[in-house]
Amino acid sequence: MIPARGGLRSPYLALFRIRFTHSLQYRAAALAGFATQFAWGFMYILAFIAFYESNPHSFPMTLPQTVSYIWLQQAFMSFFFIWFYDNSIFSAVESGEIAYELARPMDLYARWFSQTSANRLAAGALRCLPLLVVAIVIPAPFRLVLPTEGTRILLFFASMFLAMGVVVSLTMLVYISAFSTINSMGTRIVVGVAADFLAGGYLPIPFFPDVLRFAVELSPFGAMQNMPLRIFSGHLYGEAMMQGLALQVFWLFALLLIGRILMKRALRRVVVQGG
Amino acid sequence: MIRLENISKTFRVRKRNAGFGRALRALFSREYEDIHALRDVSFAVNDGEMVGYIGPNGAGKSTTIKIMCGVLTPDGGACDINGRTPWKHRVAHVRDIGVVFGQRSQLWWDVPVIDSFELIRDIYKTPQAIYKRNLDELTDALELAEILKTPARSLSLGQRMRCEVVASLLHDPKILFLDEPTIGLDAVSKIAVRQFIKRLNAERGTTVLLTTHDMQDIEALTERIILIGKGQILLDGTLETLRQRANINASEMTDGNIATDAEAWVAALYKEYEI
Ligand SMILES: Nc1ncnc2c1ncn2[C@@H]1O[C@H](COP(=O)(O)OP(=O)(O)OP(=O)(O)O)[C@@H](O)[C@H]1O
Ligand SMILES: [Mg+2]
Repeated sequence: MIPARGGLRSPYLALFRIRFTHSLQYRAAALAGFATQFAWGFMYILAFIAFYESNPHSFPMTLPQTVSYIWLQQAFMSFFFIWFYDNSIFSAVESGEIAYELARPMDLYARWFSQTSANRLAAGALRCLPLLVVAIVIPAPFRLVLPTEGTRILLFFASMFLAMGVVVSLTMLVYISAFSTINSMGTRIVVGVAADFLAGGYLPIPFFPDVLRFAVELSPFGAMQNMPLRIFSGHLYGEAMMQGLALQVFWLFALLLIGRILMKRALRRVVVQGG
Repeated sequence: MIRLENISKTFRVRKRNAGFGRALRALFSREYEDIHALRDVSFAVNDGEMVGYIGPNGAGKSTTIKIMCGVLTPDGGACDINGRTPWKHRVAHVRDIGVVFGQRSQLWWDVPVIDSFELIRDIYKTPQAIYKRNLDELTDALELAEILKTPARSLSLGQRMRCEVVASLLHDPKILFLDEPTIGLDAVSKIAVRQFIKRLNAERGTTVLLTTHDMQDIEALTERIILIGKGQILLDGTLETLRQRANINASEMTDGNIATDAEAWVAALYKEYEI
C-alpha cells in the first residue's frame, strides 16, 4: 500500500494543513495588515508618549514596557483578538452548508478548532516578522526592546499559545451560539468588542481601575493577550507570572469543557437551514 | 439494512407577518408555528436495493435524508442503519455512508477539485490504493479528467454536480443517499450520472436511496418507489403498481385520458392525495 502524501493521516491535521497553506496565499491581505498594524501601533505609542510626558510616575507600566506591549500585540494580532473570527463557520451554519460537515466522520468541535487555529496561525506567521523587524530597528522611544533572558522568551511563547487557546475556545462559544440565532452578527460584534476590551486589546489591563482590574485578571479575559505581552515586556515576573500561567491553563481547560458540552447540546437541537 | 419506525420531526418557526407594526410587536412577543415536516415515517430498505423517494416540494424528503445521515435528530421514532442510530452514533455511522445534497456543495470553492478530493480522502482515512482506484474509475466514468485541476468556483453546475457525486463515493460507502443528484444537469450528464449509479448498485451492491423531481431518473433507476406527501408515507411499491394506481385514478378524474408518461402519472398521484 502506498502511504499518503504528507504521511500524517489525522483528518484534523489534514484540514489544518490545507487551511494554513491556503491562508498563506493571501499575501496582499497580509501586506495591508502589516501596514495598518504598523500605523496603528505607531499612533498608539504616540498617544501614550503624550500621556507619559504629562505625568510619568502615575502609570502602572513604564513607557518601554508599554511600547513592547503594543508592538507585540500588533505583530500577533491574529492570535489574540476575538474579532478575528472564521466567518466561513458562521456562513456554514446560517446557510445550512453545515449539513455536509455533519455528514463527515469528524468531531465538529475539533474540526472548527483546528480550522480556526490554522487561519489565525497563518495570518500571524505572515504579519509578525516584518512588523517585528521594523519595530526593532526604529529609533527610541518607538523601538521594541527585546528581553535578554532566554527563559522569558520561552515563557512568552508558552503563554502566547495558551492565550491563543483561550481565545479560540472562547470564540468557539460564539460559533456554537450561531446555531440558536437566525443571524449571529449582533452576538459577534458585541462579544468581539467587549471581550477584546476586557482582554486589554485597547488598553492594557494594568491601566484599568482597581476593582475592574482585579476581576478581569481572574477572568478568562485576563488569561489572553494580557499574559504573554506582560511577560515579554518584563512587567510580569516571578510568582505572579507563574500564577498567571496556571490561570491560563485553568481557563483553557474550563472553556474547552464548556464548549464541548454546549456543542453537544446544540447538535441535538440543530436545525439545518434550507433544502 | 435501513429501518425507520415512526420517525417524526417538527420545525418550530417564528411567525412574523409583514409590516413595521407587526415587526415591532414581534420584538416583544414571539409567535411560533410548528411545521410537521415528518409524521410517523416508517419504511425499510434492504442491502443492495435502489429506492426512489419522491413527493412534491416540501414533502419531507430532504428532512428524512438528513435524519438518516445523522445530521438532524428527530423528535420521535427509531432509525436503525446497519445496527446504528445515525444521530447517536453519527461519526461511526457516516463513515459508511455517502451523501449528495444536490442543492449544496461539498467542494471547497477556492481550490482545485482534486484538492477537495484529497481532503475528503484524509477525512475518511481512505487507504491511498483504494482512493486511487476509485478516483480513476470515477473520473473515467463521469469524464472529469480535464476539470480536476479547476477550482470548484469556475465549474459549470453540471460539471460541479458530477464532481459532487464523485466526492461522495471516494471512500467506498455501503449506502448512498442522493438528494436531487441530477438537478441542473444536461441530458448527457444526466445519462452519465444515471448509468454510473446503476453500475455502482449492480457491481458493488451499494444501497441507493435517491430523491428527485425528474421522473426519468426514477424510470431509469429504481424498481421500488416510496411516495411521501405532507410528511407522511403514502405509497410504497414497485414502479408498476404506482403507475397502475395513478392511471386508474387519472382516468376517473380526467375523462378517460390515461396518463402515460411518468410526469403525468406522478402529477395524478399528487392530485389524488391532495399533496
Ligand atoms: N430548517 C428548517 N426550518 C423550518 N422548517 C423547515 C426547515 N427545513 C425544512 N423545513 C420544513 O419542513 C418541510 C419539509 O422540508 P423538506 O426540505 O424535507 O422538503 P423536500 O421534500 O425535500 O422538498 P423539496 O422537494 O422542495 O426539496 C417543509 O415544509 C419545510 O418548510
Ligand atoms: Mg429537498
